Amino acid sequence: MSEPMIAAGNLTRKFGDFTAVDHISFEVKKGEIFGFLGANGAGKTTAMRMLTGLLIPTGGEATVAGFDVYSQAEQLKRHIGYMSQRFSLYEDLTVRENIRLYGGIYGLTDEELQSKSNQLLSMLVMEDFQHQRISSLPLGWKQKLAFSVALIHEPQIVFLDEPTGGVDPITRRQFWEQIYKVAEEGTTVFVTTHYMDEAEYCDRVSIMVDGRIDALGPPEGLKERFKAESIEEVFIELARGAERE
Amino acid sequence: MSMIKVQNITKSYGNVEAVKGISFEVGEGEIFGLIGPDGAGKTTIFHILTTLLKPGSGKAKVMGLDVVDDYRKIRSEVGYMPGRFALYRDLSVEENLQFFASVFDTSVDANYELIKPIYSQLEPFKDRLADDLSGGMKQKLALCCALIHKPKVLFLDEPTTGVDAVSRKEFWQMLHRLKEQDITLLVSTPYMDEAEQCDRVALIQDGEILSINTPKAVTKGFKKELWSVKADNKYELIQLLRQYEFSETVQPFGETVHYTDQREKIDAGELESYLKGQGMEHLHVKKAEPTIEDTFMRLMEPEASHE
Amino acid sequence: MNSFKGFIIKEFRQIYRDKRTLIILFGMPVIMMLLFGFAIRNEVENAKIMVMDNSHDPITRQIISKIDASRYFSVEGNIRRFEQIEELFQQGEIDEVLIFESDFARKLQRGEQPAIKVITDASNPNLAQLIQQYSSAIILDYQQSLAGPSAFQQKGIAVNVNMLFNPQLRSANLFVPGLIAVILMLVSALMTSISITREKEMGNMEVLLVSPLKPVQIIIGKVLPYLVLAFINVLTILALAQWVFDVPFRGSYGLFLAESLLFIFTALALGVLISTKANDQQTAMMVALAGLLLPTVLLSGFIFPISSMPQILQWISNLIPARWFLVIVRSIMLKDAGLFFLWKETLILAVMTAGFIALSVKSFKVRLE
Repeated sequence: MSEPMIAAGNLTRKFGDFTAVDHISFEVKKGEIFGFLGANGAGKTTAMRMLTGLLIPTGGEATVAGFDVYSQAEQLKRHIGYMSQRFSLYEDLTVRENIRLYGGIYGLTDEELQSKSNQLLSMLVMEDFQHQRISSLPLGWKQKLAFSVALIHEPQIVFLDEPTGGVDPITRRQFWEQIYKVAEEGTTVFVTTHYMDEAEYCDRVSIMVDGRIDALGPPEGLKERFKAESIEEVFIELARGAERE
Repeated sequence: MSMIKVQNITKSYGNVEAVKGISFEVGEGEIFGLIGPDGAGKTTIFHILTTLLKPGSGKAKVMGLDVVDDYRKIRSEVGYMPGRFALYRDLSVEENLQFFASVFDTSVDANYELIKPIYSQLEPFKDRLADDLSGGMKQKLALCCALIHKPKVLFLDEPTTGVDAVSRKEFWQMLHRLKEQDITLLVSTPYMDEAEQCDRVALIQDGEILSINTPKAVTKGFKKELWSVKADNKYELIQLLRQYEFSETVQPFGETVHYTDQREKIDAGELESYLKGQGMEHLHVKKAEPTIEDTFMRLMEPEASHE
Repeated sequence: MNSFKGFIIKEFRQIYRDKRTLIILFGMPVIMMLLFGFAIRNEVENAKIMVMDNSHDPITRQIISKIDASRYFSVEGNIRRFEQIEELFQQGEIDEVLIFESDFARKLQRGEQPAIKVITDASNPNLAQLIQQYSSAIILDYQQSLAGPSAFQQKGIAVNVNMLFNPQLRSANLFVPGLIAVILMLVSALMTSISITREKEMGNMEVLLVSPLKPVQIIIGKVLPYLVLAFINVLTILALAQWVFDVPFRGSYGLFLAESLLFIFTALALGVLISTKANDQQTAMMVALAGLLLPTVLLSGFIFPISSMPQILQWISNLIPARWFLVIVRSIMLKDAGLFFLWKETLILAVMTAGFIALSVKSFKVRLE
């Protein structure tokens, strides 16, 4: 099946007179790691909300995992994974309780939950910590756990919203290795990040400026096109022309 | 004379040791960077140096004044820009500046020349409320407010976090201009690439200093050959390299993978034939200059076998 | 001095810009006055009465129509069976039931003392008492009119009834001083504590500390605008009370304002004290509401008389500054009392205030921990 996991055509979202997302079009292939970049205020968050079924677009079209974002938003939500830096796991609950909670929310049966929990815990080597509260774990562990939990119902695509804020470089790379692994196994990964160097981990990236996508392609190709040494330079080049303050 | 002198300070919050014995000195007119991730202890060190916290043990001096005994004098003299830019959201740009000027018993005009290169970008928005500014503009305003009394020492705690790449670049340009005015700057940042902007840096992780030196000298501390390897399938490449009998460290690095070998010196061809033999295509193997980030990770390694 | 001035200017600017809070702070006294003045009453008006008339003679009918004519009662209808009464009360449809004995008129003529049973809904005991007293008074009044000029006087009862029949003024007299105390607590304590903890929450306190500003300047700077606001509120309430509700003011304005100022200081000191212990606005708000406002409303004598509280609560009420303030204000407003009579209460307030101020200054954290 070579149908794209995400297909967006002239996707638009206006808030009154203000066009937050301005006719963006792109596709994300199955198993791809897609980096979604843009400055604050460029329209990234709004676009992500539309793709995860949280916001109805005002124009254009999009399907995610085969579901239409207008008419099938509820089913869409059930078939994707989502992890955000701002919120993921409940600090006051233990590791195991969080897994059970999210597993339940995603509709896993009790037996599925049992086996999945054990699987997850052993994969992350967290069995000894399963009864510890999240608040007592180091940030890197929380991130890895949150990521695994977002995938507990084995969705075809997972959305990651700035997942690696604040951790040390080694932990950050371990996280990305987790991403590599699931992508290798066929899960599509849609990730936004502030760390421009992380953009280079992706198969393809898009850069949003003033609500439009001003660049789209593999990191290598973009660097060549803009004669830049890093995606950061490409970004700066594009962002310099930006109008939105 | 050193503008900032830290001697073996420690600090704990309950059972957590945030700072485990840190020492360093910053000379006049220097840009000194504290480089490290969240939780490394950067903000705690800043709080101690700006006299907002007392060290658990050890001593610290700013401009020759003790941070515990002479805290009042230090507070009247230094400039401080905390993380999250403490601006007054319901005051305008101009009003914020006027406020900080008056608090330090000076006026906006008195030191206008100093902040002009930065403030001139904000001036068209001087009546806008601080809350309605973008991240980059808030950053610039906060810097002006911290500078308005022409302090000799400026403490900037994560001034570039959460700010877009363009503003970050401009910000460092502004800091370099300040250095020309003989202002001493202590800056903390989680962005490893910003280390190169500083005269000297201290790499911090888990409350301890991993290395202090000029950025170039720090990277010399890498002490090993560093190889940059590229292939079509990154994930497989990483696995293969890890499985290689002589591999020491394997770290993804954007489009390539950074590799160090257990042995002192190796031949590129050896790696190439191993990888080609395993089916890797479009292979590129070449030597690489270690960056601050590489060095940071290497210095972290003993702790990398996580608790 | 320059830094202090700059700080005060900033505070006033911020408060002025926060239009929503400003409207609440100024509008609240007005709204509360209107609420207490017109909506929440302890008076009887149009209480609903049902009658079970077992006699149906001219006398009972006269009594019933006399009661109906009074503005305090409205006779809603007749009951035929005793069993209906409980249901009617449970439904909350009526406040009182009058049951006339059979052969009422004849028994009265024969001097046999026919009885009128008065059954009242006492789920609001205060109201019930008033209703009973009013109905008794009307009945007695009727009795007197029957007896004619030669009847013996029932002096005592008549006089009491008269005082009860003058309720509206009393209500306002009761609540206006209490209202002043509550509003001052709200503005001075609650708002001040929120204002200070907001600086902490937003990280601005850090920057303020690392500056030439002395902590005492920060405190005073934070407190000054609310002092002004609170004072304006006092004047507003006083004006409304006098002009809209005709509450008498028999004492000295000067003394009243001075005592109010003292109480404002008490409240401000409490606000600052709370803010030194609380780290965020929510905590400050909870402590101010639960720890200050609630006891002030319940235990200061604002609505519920202290003398009718259980011993332990009476004792606790002594610790509440508003309690003393209420005595002072009521005495000045209604009894024209001077400092000579109020020195004890004033002294208590002053000592409390000094204590709170000393405590706040001591607790104010010069560092982050």
